[in-house]
Amino acid sequence: MSLVPESPQSATAIAAAVAAGEQSARSILDAHVARVDQTESEIHAFNHIMREQAMASADEIDRRVAAGEPVGPMAGVPVALKDNMCTRGVPTTCSSRILEGWEPPYNATVVERLAAADAVVVGKTNLDEFAMGSSTENSAFGPTRNPHDTSRVPGGSSGGSAAAVAAGFAAVALGSDTGGSIRQPAALCGVVGVKPTYGAVSRYGLIAFASSLDQIGPFAHTVADAALVHDTISGHDPLDSTSIPSAAASASSDLARGVEGLRIGLISEMMGDGIEGIAPDVLARTQAAADALGAAGAHVSPVSIPAAIYGLSAYYLVAPAEASSNLSRYDGVRYGQRVDGANVAQMNTATRTSGFGEEVKRRIMLGTYALSAGYYDAYYGKAQKVRTLILENFDKAYEDFDVLLSPTSPCTAFPFGDKTADPMTMYVNDVCTIPSNLTGHPAMSVPFGVGSDGLPVGVQVLAPAQGETVMFRVAAALEALR
Amino acid sequence: MAYLARLELSQDELELFTEQLGDVLEHAADVEALDLDHVEPMAHTVPLRNVVRADVVTATLDRDEVLGQAPASEGGQFRVPRILGEEP
Amino acid sequence: MSEERDLPDGWELVVGLEVHVELGTATKLFCGCPNQFGSEPNTNVCPTCLGLPGSLPVLNATAIDYAMRLGRALGCDVNPSVFARKNYFYPDMPKDYQVTQYGLPTNTDGRLELADGFVVIIERAHIEEDTGKSTHVGGDGRISGADYSLVDYNRAGVPLVEIVTAPVIHTIEHAKSYVAELRDILLATGVSDAKMEEGSMRADANVSVRPVGSDALRTRCEIKNINSIRSIGRAIDYEAHRHIDLYNNGDAPRQETRHWDEAAGRSRPGRSKEDAEDYRYFAEPDLLPLDPTPEAVAAIDAAMPTLPQARRAALVDVAGVDARDAALLVERGQDELALAVVQAGANGESAAKHLTNNLADGAGALTVAAFAGLLALESAGKLSSTQAKTVLGVLAASGGDPAAIAAGLGFEAMDTAELELLVDQLITDHPVEWGRFTEGDKKVQGFFVGQIMKATKGQADGKVVNQVLNARAAG
Repeated sequence: MSLVPESPQSATAIAAAVAAGEQSARSILDAHVARVDQTESEIHAFNHIMREQAMASADEIDRRVAAGEPVGPMAGVPVALKDNMCTRGVPTTCSSRILEGWEPPYNATVVERLAAADAVVVGKTNLDEFAMGSSTENSAFGPTRNPHDTSRVPGGSSGGSAAAVAAGFAAVALGSDTGGSIRQPAALCGVVGVKPTYGAVSRYGLIAFASSLDQIGPFAHTVADAALVHDTISGHDPLDSTSIPSAAASASSDLARGVEGLRIGLISEMMGDGIEGIAPDVLARTQAAADALGAAGAHVSPVSIPAAIYGLSAYYLVAPAEASSNLSRYDGVRYGQRVDGANVAQMNTATRTSGFGEEVKRRIMLGTYALSAGYYDAYYGKAQKVRTLILENFDKAYEDFDVLLSPTSPCTAFPFGDKTADPMTMYVNDVCTIPSNLTGHPAMSVPFGVGSDGLPVGVQVLAPAQGETVMFRVAAALEALR
Repeated sequence: MAYLARLELSQDELELFTEQLGDVLEHAADVEALDLDHVEPMAHTVPLRNVVRADVVTATLDRDEVLGQAPASEGGQFRVPRILGEEP
Repeated sequence: MSEERDLPDGWELVVGLEVHVELGTATKLFCGCPNQFGSEPNTNVCPTCLGLPGSLPVLNATAIDYAMRLGRALGCDVNPSVFARKNYFYPDMPKDYQVTQYGLPTNTDGRLELADGFVVIIERAHIEEDTGKSTHVGGDGRISGADYSLVDYNRAGVPLVEIVTAPVIHTIEHAKSYVAELRDILLATGVSDAKMEEGSMRADANVSVRPVGSDALRTRCEIKNINSIRSIGRAIDYEAHRHIDLYNNGDAPRQETRHWDEAAGRSRPGRSKEDAEDYRYFAEPDLLPLDPTPEAVAAIDAAMPTLPQARRAALVDVAGVDARDAALLVERGQDELALAVVQAGANGESAAKHLTNNLADGAGALTVAAFAGLLALESAGKLSSTQAKTVLGVLAASGGDPAAIAAGLGFEAMDTAELELLVDQLITDHPVEWGRFTEGDKKVQGFFVGQIMKATKGQADGKVVNQVLNARAAG
């Protein structure tokens, strides 16, 4: 059964209405919370709902509007945050037992920026534990269900955020994307999902999975809404050394410009010519998207990214390696769960063995192995070189094309338990999304119809570094052509 | 390896993991086979250098807020079970 | 002087030193927390230096500058560098990895020349973050036997430079001199207050021995927890003899890290060998590489103060001071005064002798002009060396003009003729003693000198007295 509301109110409409005093932030929040109360028990998008805080924020915004004081560009917009972003005084768990109950003493930069824009945070959403997974089945607190069909996964790792938007619990949401963790759930839940250029959005306060790949990005119903959120949260942050120093490329400026004359490359390896396992209905919808863009005035032709076939292998060496190091700090000493031991090393081991789930342990072991003496050059070292190779391929492609196109996910939403037996089958879900994380380039998923099972299909638009303007432009055109 | 990561794995887990790790690494064999001698490894996608900040004091955290989250503390410090062996 | 024992015949000591220096910046390496010793525990902390989930590091520009300054002071090449993660678990490490520099450190290939000319080769001086501090409760306060431990992260994230020498030191004196000289350089460049007692400078010694004549390196042990220069000597001494005893018993030392116990005067094994760490180094993804510009390095070189070695060399080359006096003067900070007074025309050796012998506590109110004036009076024979010392004392205590002070004290140089008359009188009064003196009995010389001093109330110049006596005896 589909739990997706018919015509959810867009964030841009909400912000305009609230700022103009036409609708109160509180009434908008109440409408969203009502849907939460109705269907959250079936969907389980949230780890923590911030009812009191949200109401207080909304009331405060309404007070300012009534007093004629200025409000921010996202005034009154209900937003859900993936539970791997630090919210001061509010539990932030990464859906892991090891951080159960932890309340950070500080806010992530994106949280500060949303607050400054007067967005209203509804709650913290469920994810695959520590963002490792493609189905949200790896959460220590139970999975999230896809609002289009609750017997199926919402995708992952940002499944909770994708579902929250799809189910109308929030107008927009933030997720994080390391190998596709925003784009793939967006595709499976039929919403827009964006991974910005690496460095465009501050990672300060994002609990790290793989530092050189992680990026925070928006979920939304529409491309315009996603652009509003992107422009709000992006931009240089002195607290993040990897933050791009110049002003972020505007996502909103060219939304209505159309695609006349743009050169769009359809990645052949991801259209069945090199990478196996992409479902025929997904391929068909992607082709339809390419054709539609062509009919709308773009020049669409195939392009080859030969190194794309190595992306999965490189990713599953680089990401776990960085993760194994990033997750060392969960040792029971300073915060989170502690399981006692006779000495500190035993306490560390007992705490981590008890606190981490299977997938996390698997990736920590894999990463430790990839970095260990004797294997570094063959595994991690080589994988870092493959990244360069993939980047060279893409840079070359962008000499001839403005944006690229591909499927987002190789399949539509699959049933629970379908892919949990063999990790490799789950990992393959990321095959189209991973290359953009490895290169740091932006990419986004736009819903484009349904598959043969009636479930949403997402098409991926890829752009060169800091190419958000043209990427959102093409995405907006695609959206209009659905 | 498990000790390096401070994880204790049961025998079943060890076997399963070894097998699964093997699968992933087999998949990675195609990477291993590539001749990449001429290729530079990429550690950062951002082409920046010399990112620094001024040597100026900024706000610290409130100790109570920090220690309030600690599993065990004493006298303003974090408390841990005995440490065997010196710092490496 | 040295309480250390010589190595038994046939054995040579081989030492490399790793010195960790805390940079004296206002804030920590990766965050704006105060870099301050002695604060209440866990009050100088923030998400970054606590390694809280989601935190990120941002490099301190001054720390980088200080590190390059230190490198250049040690004659190092300043290189483009990359930070790396060194992964291991320890409760005083907030992230359970330390951010350091591994394959591409900031400074490489330096040298430090000691006072006696021995050159210590410096392999690298790299930047890294310090850890928190743990104290052990229960037992005797040492780590083994403790019931539990307490951790303070105030020190976590403080910027360190780790200076690593090649294993080229072969005497304990050189090891100690190296650390002392290093400290002088740190103070001269202003990059650290280098207080071993506060932990802002810490030395680890890598010690091995080998048969004299061999150039192979044998198993070494790293000795940590050395907290003073004196302990460096004691620790190296103990360890070297421990190795030799093992070899003499047909055994050999194990390669391990050992902990120096100053109270007990011995080293103890640290972690067991089975826990050999694989640090799984990889480039820190949260930090970007450093690429020092030639302009930055040139600015550092231009602003470099004169370092101890150069100051010693100036005294020797310009002022004609001998090497030992030069070392002492630089150590006391009196070299500038010596050089200045030489530039004013005085004799360097005389100046040095006065400073080293008579002004051990410092020059006080003594000015260059006054000092030069005094030395001129002395060299012209108008003041004896004893009188000059007295005047010097007054000048140091309260300044003034040397000639005026001398006159005020009633000092006038003794006429040589007057002295000769005195000597004649003494010869007449003490013929037996004079007879012994002319036959070469040096001991009786002291008698005559004493008599003359008595007669002149100490105003005779001892040198001149001896000259007259010797001349009289000869002639």
